Amino acid sequence: MMLLPRVPPLYPARPEEILRPARRWFIVLTLALALFGNLLPLTGLALALRPDFLALVLLYWCIKEPRYVGVGVAWFFGLLMDVGDATLFGQHALAYAVLAYAAEYFRRRVLRFPLWQQAAQVALLLALCAALVLLVRVVGGAPPPRWTYAVPPLVGALLWPVVSVVLQWPQRPARSTSEL
Amino acid sequence: MRHLPAEPPDFFHRGPTPLTRLAFFGLVSVVLLFADTRYRYLEPLRQVAAVVLYPLQQAAQIPGAALAQVGAHFAAQRALVDENAQLKRKLVEQGAAAQGFASERQENERLRALLDLKGGAAAGATMVEVLYSGRDPFTQKLFVGKGEEGVVKPGAAVIDAEGVVGQVTRVYPHMAEVTLITDKDHAVPVKVERSGVRSVLFGAGTGNLPQLRFMAPNADIEIGDTLVTSGIDGTYPPGLAVARVASLERDTGQVFARITARPLAGVDRGRYLMVLGETASPPPRPEEPAETDAARKPGRGKARRP
Repeated sequence: MMLLPRVPPLYPARPEEILRPARRWFIVLTLALALFGNLLPLTGLALALRPDFLALVLLYWCIKEPRYVGVGVAWFFGLLMDVGDATLFGQHALAYAVLAYAAEYFRRRVLRFPLWQQAAQVALLLALCAALVLLVRVVGGAPPPRWTYAVPPLVGALLWPVVSVVLQWPQRPARSTSEL
Repeated sequence: MRHLPAEPPDFFHRGPTPLTRLAFFGLVSVVLLFADTRYRYLEPLRQVAAVVLYPLQQAAQIPGAALAQVGAHFAAQRALVDENAQLKRKLVEQGAAAQGFASERQENERLRALLDLKGGAAAGATMVEVLYSGRDPFTQKLFVGKGEEGVVKPGAAVIDAEGVVGQVTRVYPHMAEVTLITDKDHAVPVKVERSGVRSVLFGAGTGNLPQLRFMAPNADIEIGDTLVTSGIDGTYPPGLAVARVASLERDTGQVFARITARPLAGVDRGRYLMVLGETASPPPRPEEPAETDAARKPGRGKARRP
């Protein structure tokens, strides 16, 4: 029993559990990984299903650590995304900035619910983000996209519980011996 | 009675409110969007960000490449032998064609010299590898590496074994962006190979076939006709296969026929492409008479990207 490292459990934190503050390098690392996920060279079905990982992780940190990640950070990562996708400069930046603001506005409400109910609200927030990109492009003269454009926000919402558990994992205290 | 401190403790300092920040960054975004769509001032900024992003983009290639390598490792010997035989057969076939081509080219050059025509053949070509297809659902783009020599220039035509794929529209320090012929903002000057009728093939966006617009209903064109580049624009060298006419609606009630064409090149597949060198630029356009120039309003109307 002594040899086993005390790793935190892989299920959502209970409300009474007090999480440690997230480390900055961990936040930066996860955001970089999300950007990496968005840059993966996918095609076909995988591309149609791929959620916007960066929006999802930004949303998580905006809700959980609003002191570190807010509108400005989201905007900056949006610019990087614009360059990675070769889209109009400022399109993702604008969408992510609004997403971060919405997250900051709704964060207390979102946090009150269990994870799967949070996911429903996250779906709306991600859809808002996608809708802003759509609005910018349609105003810019692009043809409306196919219906599959609505799929990634839903996939993102389905991933929300997983993302929440994984991202809060390092902040959780190790399981105390009394629980075992 | 105790005095409250004039300044709140440090803990409460959070800078401007989220709404203020949103207003600021939102405004900057809108300015950026406007500057990018209207004036394209931001290319240097884009270049800088591209350099920052480059290591991550390269890293993102690794999983796919590793998977492909594992797949290749387990490819059946039988399949490889078959493919090898097929490639050899193709090489012989094309070798025969190429021998004929050399003499025909000489002959063509002599004839052109006799007729005093300007040549339009491409100067050279660079092989490039597709890094990834564009993820923007609103445009049709590809990213390619710059090849060995790294001499890819904006505006160069990009082809594969079957036909025209698109055109280089942006060049970053380590890669280049290719706009496909199916992109909504892309147009290729073409002619019908069979009849020589000239037209322009306009991309129609994701999931739609490119269209030949502004063709009279009685134009000499049929389903299955091959469209080749006419070389009139000076961007695409003449004679490259582009597309095959897929549907044709001649409604005499309409001013123009409704024609769509299916690209011949693997616009959405294939891994290796050729970037053609610069074509001989045509002589400058003759100046238009002054009065018509003054009558036209310059700068009005939507500018089409190259």
